[in-house]
Amino acid sequence: MNEILEILSENAKATPAEIAALIGRPEAAVASEIQELEDSGVIRKYITLINWEKLDKSYVFAVLELKVALQRKTGYDAVAERIANFSEVESVRLISGDHDLSVTVRGESMKDIAYFVAEKIAPLEGVQSTCTHFILKSYKEHGVFLTDKPKPQRLVITP
Amino acid sequence: MKQKQSLKNIVPWSADGHLNRVVKAMPPSGIRKFFDLVSEMEGAISLGVGEPDFVTPWHVREACIYSLESGNTHYTSNKGMPELREVICDSVRSDLGLDYNPSEQILITTGVSEAVDLAFRATLNPGDEAIVPEPCYVAYAPDIVLSGGVARAVPTRLEEEFRLRPEDVSAAVTNKSRVLLLSYPNNPTGAIMTRSDLEELADVVVENDLLVVSDEVYAKLTYSGSHASFAQLEGMQERTVILNGLSKSHAMTGWRIGYALGDPDLVGAMTKIHQYTMLCAPTMAQVAALEAMQKGDEEMVHMRHEYNLRRRMFVSGLNRIGLDCFEPKGAFYAFPSVRSWGLSSEEFAERLLKEQKVAVVPGNVFGQSGEGFLRCSYATSREELIEALDRMEIFLSGL
Repeated sequence: MNEILEILSENAKATPAEIAALIGRPEAAVASEIQELEDSGVIRKYITLINWEKLDKSYVFAVLELKVALQRKTGYDAVAERIANFSEVESVRLISGDHDLSVTVRGESMKDIAYFVAEKIAPLEGVQSTCTHFILKSYKEHGVFLTDKPKPQRLVITP
Repeated sequence: MKQKQSLKNIVPWSADGHLNRVVKAMPPSGIRKFFDLVSEMEGAISLGVGEPDFVTPWHVREACIYSLESGNTHYTSNKGMPELREVICDSVRSDLGLDYNPSEQILITTGVSEAVDLAFRATLNPGDEAIVPEPCYVAYAPDIVLSGGVARAVPTRLEEEFRLRPEDVSAAVTNKSRVLLLSYPNNPTGAIMTRSDLEELADVVVENDLLVVSDEVYAKLTYSGSHASFAQLEGMQERTVILNGLSKSHAMTGWRIGYALGDPDLVGAMTKIHQYTMLCAPTMAQVAALEAMQKGDEEMVHMRHEYNLRRRMFVSGLNRIGLDCFEPKGAFYAFPSVRSWGLSSEEFAERLLKEQKVAVVPGNVFGQSGEGFLRCSYATSREELIEALDRMEIFLSGL
């Protein structure tokens, strides 16, 4: 796997100089490879993983399971992309199993999301059924624990 | 009636008078002083920890929990669980190309520490000498002395990248020499011995009929080529007892699982002592070790990769701020020199701790030839390593 991407996937703030020191390559070479990865669209965006639940006022998230009629020529793509256009939608994935699309949405309240699904998603041509699951608590996101756990302690000096 | 006077009040009790002379004469570990200093300090970054910062992978912990739930709480065979012995022998065959019979050439021990102790106790007679390359892990010499032997230190040097040279071994050999200890990849220097480095030692070992006790606990943490063992050299397998364990490779220090591999008679002798002292390594830890050996390679490779990233970053950082450091190719230690800064290892470490709150271990703790160096463990997070380098740079600018 690409070492630079591995490091950036763990820490978007890692600078070319820091990455260069970790992998033992010149800083300029690392910087230009990152530029290429950005230009070619491999790196899409540098984002921050936030535990919204720590805030007094948080967002509400839901996972929608959609059954979608397969369309001639465009398959699932046309419907998936129409859904993805909504700013409330965080992710759209084609999945195997009982349903076709798994969609994550973010809203200010449960009501917000319920209306959004009823008004914008359910009526879409091709969407046969929707099932909305509100997320009650998130334990781990992108490989990171969101729950506060005490750090295991090591002795400060050992031989 | 006259009461009989109790002797209790006449003969005072002194534990000191009941202590074994050898134990009494043994100095406490030089690390203790630093341990106390760091423990009392808030906000210190410790580069003094000789164990992985990773927690044991979850599937390994989970296997142990399941085993406990199943009531698997009894003794195992003295030698250790047969499945564990087999899987270790299989992995040694694939790593080193060496065959060991799982029923008589391997002993599972309570950490490699026990295996080190057993190896010396099973082989040294009173007055026998064991040759110990320094700087080295702090337990070898005390273990040798407790076995009735004499530890003869042999220096290794920066100029040789802390590899053991045959001429230094020859110079230390006497008619009482019985054992040569090897400990590569090395704690504290991070040095490794390649196959050709080891080849150079074979003659002096055979000429003097030495047994080689090879502590290879950091074998999996080799960053340049693959680990070489003295036992792989032609005709040397019989002469070598390999000691290894899962502490460093699989982040399992607290579980205390190690093993010894060697000649059946030698392993048999070690097993005899183990049988009367330890009985068996803890069963639940053996179950966890079995899981780690069978399914833990992926995490092991991942951890090694992370150590390697930190190693490059940290060692280049040390050199950049003016602490000359040779490239350590194994374990998770950097061993920079402080010679050009006009302070002894201990003065440097103590002032660095007090002035900038960075804890390192002075090299002299690991033997005289470690004087002038510091042991810095990079088994700590990247952020802490970067912060430690910054603080060390500030410290150096004030010298």
